[in-house]
Amino acid sequence: MAEPVLEIRDLRKSFGALKATDGVSLDLMPGEIHALIGPNGAGKSTLIHQISGSIPPDSGTIRFLGRDMAGLDMAARAKLGLGRSFQISSLAPEFSALRNVMLAVQARQGSSFRFFRPVKGDRSLAGPALAMLERVGLAARANTPAAELSHGERRQLEIAIALALGPKAFLLDEPMAGMGPEGSKSLTKFLDGLRRQAPILLVEHDMDAVFALADRISVLVYGRIVATGTVDEIRNDPEVRRAYLGEAA
Amino acid sequence: MSIALLIEQLLNGLQLGVMLFLMAAGLTLIFGVMGLINLAHGSLYMVGAFACAAVAAATGSFWIGLVASLVAAAAAGAIVEVAVIRKLYERDHLDQVLATFALILIFSEGTRWLFGSFPLYLDIPPLLQGAVPLPGGGRYQLYRLAIIGVGIVVAIGLYLLISRTRLGMRIRAGESDREMIAALGVDIRTLYTVVFALGAALAGLAGALVGALQSVQVGMGEPVLILAFVVIVIGGIGSIKGALLGAILVGVVDTMGRFLLPKALALAMPAAQAGLIGGALASMLIYLVMAVILAVRPSGLFAAQS
Amino acid sequence: MSAVVSREAVVNTLLALLLLAVPIAASAAGEPFYVTLATRIAVLALAAVGLNIALGLGGLVSFGHAAFFGLGGYAAGILATHAFNAEPLFFGLPGTTSMPVIWLVAILVCGLVALPIGAISLRTTGVYFIMITLAFAQMIYYFAVSWPAYGGEDGLSIYVRNAFPGVNTAQPLPYFLLCYGVLMLVLLLFWLIGGSRFGTALQAARQNPVRLAAVGIAPFRIRLVAFVLSAMVTGLAGALFADLNRFVSPSMLSWHMSGELIVLIILGGKGRLFGPLAGAMLYVLFEYALGGITERWQFFLGLILLGVVLFARGGLLGLLAGKARHG
Repeated sequence: MAEPVLEIRDLRKSFGALKATDGVSLDLMPGEIHALIGPNGAGKSTLIHQISGSIPPDSGTIRFLGRDMAGLDMAARAKLGLGRSFQISSLAPEFSALRNVMLAVQARQGSSFRFFRPVKGDRSLAGPALAMLERVGLAARANTPAAELSHGERRQLEIAIALALGPKAFLLDEPMAGMGPEGSKSLTKFLDGLRRQAPILLVEHDMDAVFALADRISVLVYGRIVATGTVDEIRNDPEVRRAYLGEAA
Repeated sequence: MSIALLIEQLLNGLQLGVMLFLMAAGLTLIFGVMGLINLAHGSLYMVGAFACAAVAAATGSFWIGLVASLVAAAAAGAIVEVAVIRKLYERDHLDQVLATFALILIFSEGTRWLFGSFPLYLDIPPLLQGAVPLPGGGRYQLYRLAIIGVGIVVAIGLYLLISRTRLGMRIRAGESDREMIAALGVDIRTLYTVVFALGAALAGLAGALVGALQSVQVGMGEPVLILAFVVIVIGGIGSIKGALLGAILVGVVDTMGRFLLPKALALAMPAAQAGLIGGALASMLIYLVMAVILAVRPSGLFAAQS
Repeated sequence: MSAVVSREAVVNTLLALLLLAVPIAASAAGEPFYVTLATRIAVLALAAVGLNIALGLGGLVSFGHAAFFGLGGYAAGILATHAFNAEPLFFGLPGTTSMPVIWLVAILVCGLVALPIGAISLRTTGVYFIMITLAFAQMIYYFAVSWPAYGGEDGLSIYVRNAFPGVNTAQPLPYFLLCYGVLMLVLLLFWLIGGSRFGTALQAARQNPVRLAAVGIAPFRIRLVAFVLSAMVTGLAGALFADLNRFVSPSMLSWHMSGELIVLIILGGKGRLFGPLAGAMLYVLFEYALGGITERWQFFLGLILLGVVLFARGGLLGLLAGKARHG
């Protein structure tokens, strides 16, 4: 059996009396989309923050490509190939869509300590960046400042940035949020193809998308994973129905 | 070096610390509740000192002057809050720095306009003149002891105000959640004006008290302001407790550094040289302390907000 | 969009030509005072261009850049004094009156001092950063005041303006042209840095540090390098300022100076290439014009500044060239 790309073991994080992450273990296997679902306040965001490196866990390990992530900050983890999108769009608002993606291309290529050569007209940056914008269908808006993009376009730009990093795994935090039915449909199709490039840990509220995409689903409730399995197993799991789907239905 | 001298220096450090606390408490309260960085806080200190000196000279009573300093500084604070500061709460820190920097220019030149360029002098009131004996044989100025007493009273008063009164409850609510407090129906504009005036009055009180120890002149608030910044950075911005402990730490370290460093260096080098080097090092000491504390705890010792 | 950009370019060119033409005309008309005034503008603008790397591109509100301005000034003063008195500096090294050497020393010293100050200060953000940079500058200020070897509170005179190969620096116009040349060169460097990979990362760190970290670039290192570069440029300006006045004193290190440098940038227009120059022109002209009318000119400067912050946030360039745009 293949090694997991991302391996989380017995992760714990408390805020005062609140156990936000309570002994979570989770694997992301090569080529899979692993969806993480759970009711609001289940601790999904806290978990994502710990994986991406913006919150340190109290205990437990996170291994990525076999390497322990303890002590590495967000930038170091991103550099190793952990590509992340954000629940709320997180872009450089004054930069154009293209320059936002060029920043990611630049980061992937290595040194940002080049002081004089203009990035404008640097084909080694603009070329790949434009290609990513084309892939997500945003090429026509390349020169528009990110602040002036629509909500859906910003989500697309987030994905383009994550793609440009050429990551070994994607960490997508509610990519469908606020997309509308049409946007969700096309993004679902897009993510379906993306798993061939790198496995995806997908946090998502849109159950249609989750059931369409996920190879496996883990259900997080009150900081614990109460079930992990295929779409059918999760649909029919009585505990999940009670704890989670029951509420939604 | 005698024990009496050491105690005297310690008390001087404490007195400086108390005075810094009066400044820092207002600054940290204003930052904690309104999120505003106020460079013009030193100007309110100056307003207090000038009001006290001018009124004391006119009436012959330090105590009337002291009341005048509180009134003048609080009024100046309230006017400035309504006219200018109110427009800055939603702005970034850069705009706040610039606007309050502009206020310093206006206050300083305005005061020079009113009072001229010569310093004013304020006498210690007869009631507090003289000195008290210290253990070990020295004597200590009664007035400085009184300043320490005022600081203790203000610290207790602030503690009671914030933990026990309705105003204090609103201040605490304002620190944690601005929208909630607005939703509770508290008139947030008035609250902000009151908090600002309270901070201003404390600064004015500090200026008036110190006015009797040194000359009252334009620009007197600026060194104190910067020390007060060091205090709240060390203590944690927004924390009154941090301001109190930070102020005492800064006051004692600064005073003892100036006193002890030249003596310590004199053990290793000629006295004249030790005095120069020790003096120069002592003037940098609190900033070094601050750097060390921040290197370990980037948001101060008692950060109120994470 | 291109129309807006070219409008700013036109305004910038006009400002640059104006600063060049006025002293040349004044010199021809036998009015060296105006040449000195223009030199003051050029040097203050240079100091503010330095700060603008940290503040404009990186969003780092350093309230302590007077430290570097003053250190640059003291580098010039101390080296010149040792050369003048023919006393070795330390380790037997001599002083010097050569501007290129002085500039190099000023730049290096400021870089070396900025490195630890930046490394500590950049662990914090927001108000903490503002106050800590202020406090470090005060530390250096008080050291300069209490250290008597180089004049302490009274400052240090440079008896003869230092020398630059091929330029008669003692004459106002050649010295102005030298400063002007340095300013234009540094503006070119600023423009290149702003459009480079480093500049992209630095501006991203200002707009959204989390985004920068998420693509794998640590904001801290980018900011630290920017802070050091910024200090170096401001230090160079300090050396020129000391030579302009043939005098350096702790007032160059004071927090008023730090405030003034920020004011220059905001008066001109934050984050814009020529903002510091436009701001320095306005500031020095205010100082000169108001100072001619009333002794209390700082009072009115305060009012004007308050008006700019509250009502005209784009500064002079915002009025002349419209809203700033980024690529």
